[in-house]
This record gives sequence, structure tokens and C-alpha cells, in this order.
Amino acid sequence: MSEQFEPDEHAEAAERLRRAGYSDADLQREIIELEEKSATAARIFDLRRIIGGLFVLYGVILTITGLTNSDAEIDKAQGININLWTGLGMLALGIFFLAWLWLRPAAHPTPTLPPEAVEGEGPRGG
Amino acid sequence: MQTPTNAHMYPADPTHPAHPVHLAAELRLPTNALDYTILGIYFVVVLGIGFAARRSVKTTLDFFLSGRSLPAWITGLAFISANLAATEILGMAANSAQYGAYTVHWYWIGAIPAMVFLGLVMMPFYYGSKVRSVPEFLLLRFDKWAHLLSSVLFAFAAILIAGVNLYALAIVVEALLGWPQWVAIVVAGFFVLAYITLGGLSSAIYNEVLQFFVILAALIPLSVLGLKAVDGWDGLTDSLKASHGDDFVTAWGGTGIGSDNPLGANWLTIVLGLGFVLSFGYWTTNFAEVQRALSAKNLSAAQRTPLIAAYPKVFIVFLVMIPGLVAAVLVPEIGTSDSDLQYNDAIPYLMQELLPNGVLGIAVTGLLAAFMAGMAANISSFNTVFTTDIWARYVVLGREDAYYVRFGRLITAIGVMASIGTAFLASSFSNIMSYLQTLFSFFNVPMFVVFIVGMFWKRASVKSGFWGLLAGTTAAMVNYFVLYKQDIIGIPTDQGANFVSAIAGFVAGAVVMVAVSLFTAPKPAEELQGLVYGTVSPGMAEPPAAGDDAWYRRPALLGWGAVILAAACYIPFSF
Repeated sequence: MSEQFEPDEHAEAAERLRRAGYSDADLQREIIELEEKSATAARIFDLRRIIGGLFVLYGVILTITGLTNSDAEIDKAQGININLWTGLGMLALGIFFLAWLWLRPAAHPTPTLPPEAVEGEGPRGG
Repeated sequence: MQTPTNAHMYPADPTHPAHPVHLAAELRLPTNALDYTILGIYFVVVLGIGFAARRSVKTTLDFFLSGRSLPAWITGLAFISANLAATEILGMAANSAQYGAYTVHWYWIGAIPAMVFLGLVMMPFYYGSKVRSVPEFLLLRFDKWAHLLSSVLFAFAAILIAGVNLYALAIVVEALLGWPQWVAIVVAGFFVLAYITLGGLSSAIYNEVLQFFVILAALIPLSVLGLKAVDGWDGLTDSLKASHGDDFVTAWGGTGIGSDNPLGANWLTIVLGLGFVLSFGYWTTNFAEVQRALSAKNLSAAQRTPLIAAYPKVFIVFLVMIPGLVAAVLVPEIGTSDSDLQYNDAIPYLMQELLPNGVLGIAVTGLLAAFMAGMAANISSFNTVFTTDIWARYVVLGREDAYYVRFGRLITAIGVMASIGTAFLASSFSNIMSYLQTLFSFFNVPMFVVFIVGMFWKRASVKSGFWGLLAGTTAAMVNYFVLYKQDIIGIPTDQGANFVSAIAGFVAGAVVMVAVSLFTAPKPAEELQGLVYGTVSPGMAEPPAAGDDAWYRRPALLGWGAVILAAACYIPFSF
């Protein structure tokens, strides 16, 4: 899976960089080549799962804390059970992200990679 | 931290040049095992993101620009998060406790117009030209000298800023949690190093998005409880009018030219210095920000990145301003010698007073996450510029792509080590914060003038880039160190001086560019395609992705919507 350039390609690339007029066209070509080899689109996990998971976990922890809080803690927070409310809010945000993920799973990107580069990959976000 | 918007993180009172930066020692928070559990979970997730993102890194494009493949909502939230470092949060609350509602200027005029300009006008050139960094654009538009100078200046500034973030984290953690400074520096440095080395920019961006939500979960309860403690918004403004005068709760009161106000700036320096030069310089040419947009999956997503960020930015001001104003009511003598509390203590003070264990853990996690994200934004932009713009261009050329990925990981480690060094360096200067904030205006403003002239005036010659950059940087420094520091011109505060330095740097850069252009040859028109306003490059012609033509994804609508929203927000603060 290495993309070693042939030696003469090396020299050519170096020469291109040294040349005085490195232009937009050179860069466009270089980036398009790199984009074709790039693996992020195919392999990156879906962030919504992480945000959803963390906020559900935090939400549950805070909600339980809020339900068991004593009057002292509630008095400190100006008479508001802030743990409970923050917990419910975080839980709602977490569920929103998980629901979004479930309803609109990331489309599998058009395969720009050669098949062997994505072998065994499930859909993005798996 | 890196933004000029928080030049007053550690307000340098001219009469107290050695303004101490440490937080009051009695701010130790009553954290317990529950809070540490919440913090521990966060650190585990941060590392998990690094490991999980690792498998997506195959090329330099993956490592430095997430393969130009991320959706707009992720890059947009990362864009706002890279700016919403903890120094911004603490510093803007401090600003509010000290100056009152003037703080809104840093958001509504000092950020929104520039973010919209970046999205609507500049992004087609950045993204369409396929540059990987802001300096690389200067290489295409001007020459090697402009490119090398801007790369070196940026790399240098990024490490200094990362170090200051790290040091600020250490003093906050020491005050709040009682950890020794070096422990906090090494722990935070280690986590940032680990997740960026593993997952590159994707890992930095994902953590920034996560941080955005955690910091909201910390600031919203704090603002609600703060308002409750002072009998709501009306109670807050009534108390402040009684104690600080009517102007304290307005945006423009007392900013007439020649009239006196605590900010030391009038409406003209606010609009020109902050709203135009400083803000455009920061938001449109600071690579730590622009990099987030360049990692978007297509031109439409790149354009929407700063526009999506603009909407939270309009409202975040309330979450930092309200705690600052509440602190000014609850502790009327805050920031004076009659109180142990400094302006910077506003948010930690309210956390200590109002938050029970649980939400307190969320708030501590949010602050630590924000410091780490602020540092990570600088490290991830530093490694990109150092590798693609300096190393691969001038030192070791033409090696295979995998070599530069390895080098990128190595330079990330070196960058973090260097930041730990600059953090300890920062700790030996008690007022380095305010100086560094000023340095940012030196670095960003000249870069902006070179961009704006180069992008809109096709006659600007190849040589004018380097000389404009040099002249702008020099002029801003001369204004600050000579004219202001030596009292040759009377500016009452560092804040006011920053605004004037910015204007001086901008004017000097522009004048030199015009002068040099008149005497040197222009760049041939065919080499300016896609780099100058009014031209098009092949990269701009890419067709929109499916769904990008929906009305709510139209950049012009999103952008003008944000501008109108920000203008409307001014109305209740203007009378």
C-alpha cells in the first residue's frame, strides 16, 4: 500500500518545485493526485456517534446526580436543580445526534479509491 | 487566545505593567470524584478519537487537510471552536466585567462581517486554487520570498500562541484544581501530542466539535444561574447602571471621538481598527482558522464553513458576557486592589459559587477541553505550514508522500515540545499575555493587507507581496513599541494601541505594495487565473454536490442572514 514514486518521478517532482514559476496548474495537478489516494472520506468514522454517545452518557450521569441531589446542592444553585436540567439537556442533545445518525446515515462516498484500499470496509461510520 | 478579540485576557493596566496573571488562590473548586469521573471520561474519548482517526490517514492530504472531505457542519463548528479557546472565554468574561457591554463589539462587528467576507468572497479563491495553506496562496499569487516570510512568521507565532495556551491552562488548573503547573502542562501537552500525531487534522477537528458542545453545556447553566442570582436581566442592568453608570450596559455609549470611556477607543477606531483591520486580518488570513474551511469536502461546504460558524458566534457573546457582568454585580470591587479577585476570575468565581458537583465537572471539562483545542488548533496548523510550506518546499524536496506524513508526525511532536518550552518561557514573564496578544495583530494584519491587495488588484506585482508584508509588520511594531510604549502618542490603553497599530500596519503595507507595484513588473495575466478577483480557476468550476442547491445551503443567503442578525442584535444595546 505504499505510493513510492519511481526515482525519476522524484527528480521530476523536485524539479517542478524548484522551478521559478510554480503555478496554480502545478498545484491543481498535485492536489488532484493526492485526493485520489486520500483515505479520509472512505475511512473516517462518523463523529455523530461519538457526540451522541458521550452526551447520552454525561446526560445519564447528571440526571441521576440531579435526582439524588440534596437541598444543599440545590440551594447552592439558586434553588434550581441544575444537575437535573443540564443532564436532561445533554441527554436530549445526545439522542438528537444518535437519531440523526440513524435517520440519515452518511452516504457511502463515490469510491475514488481502488477497491483493495477499502477492503472489508462497511459503510462510512461503521 | 490567538484572536485580537481577547487582547484583554490579562488586561495590562499601564500603571501596573507587571499585572499578575495568576488567578486568586482561594478559587480552589470543591471538585469531588464525580467531577473527576466526568473529566476522565472526556480524556478517554479524546484519545479514542485519535486512535480511531488514525486509520483514515494515508496521505499528506489526509494528515494535514483531512483529505478535503469533511462535511460543512463539522468544519463550521470546528472553525468556531478553534477560536473559542478557553482564553477567549475567560478573557471575554474579564472584558465584560471590566468594560461592560462593549464586549459585544468583538463579536458583532469584530467577527461576523469578516467571517461572512471569508465565506462569500475569499473562499472561492482559497479553496478553488486548491492551496493547502494560507502561505501557499501567497506563493502562487506573489513569489517565494512572500511565501517564505509568511510561512516563517506564521510557524513562529503558532508555537508562541500554543505555548501561551498551555501556560494559561496550567495557571487555571493550578488555581481551580490544585495541580502543580508542570503537571498540567505535561498532561495537556501529552494529550494534544497523542491525538494529533495519531489522527492528524481530522482528530483535531473532531475534538474541536466535541469541545464546542461541552463548552456550551458548561456555559449555559452558568449563565442561567448567574442571571437568577442577580434577579434576571433587568436586575442585572439596573444594578450595573447604579454602580457603573448608564454607558456600562450599552454598546456605543461614550464612544464619540474625544469623549472618555473605559475602553480607550472611539467609534472610528472600533469600526476601522477592530471591525475592519484586526478582525479581517484574524478571521480571513489566520491559517489556524482557514485550515478548517480548507478541509471541507467541496467548495460549497468550504464557503459555508465560516457562515455556519457565524450563527453561534452571534450568540456566544451572551454566554461569556453575562457571567462577566454578573461577577461585576456580585463582586463590585472585582479587579481593584480592594478585592483578591481579578477580572479573569469572573467565570471561575461563578463556577465556585453556583455550580454543584456534576455540572461543575462538566464546566471544568469544558474549560480544559477549550484550552487543549486552542493549543491543538495552533499545533495542527503549525505542522502543516512547517511541513508543506517550509520543509517540502525549501529543505527536502521531492520525496515520496509517505515521507512527509512521517515528517508531519515528527514535527508535531517537536512543535508540542517547543510549546511546552514556550509555556515555561511564558511563565517567567508575568505580563506576557498582553504583549503576545499585541503580537498577533502584528502577524495577522500585514498578512491581510497583502491578501486583500493581491486578491483585488491584479496589477500588484510579484515583488510587492514580500515588501508589503515586511513593511506592514514593521509599521505595526514601530507603532506599538516606539510610539505607544515610549509615550510619543497618547493612547490610554493597550486595547486602543492595538487598534491603532493595526490601522498603521494596514496603511503602511498597502502604501508599500502600491509603490513597489508601480516600479516592478506585474504578474502575467495567465498566471493569475483563480487568484485574483474576477478570474476563475478550474477548481472553482466543480459542480455542486447533490443537495447543495437547497435554499438553506446557499452561501449568499446564509452570509447576509448572519450580517442582518448581528446588526439586529445591536439594536437593544444602542439606546
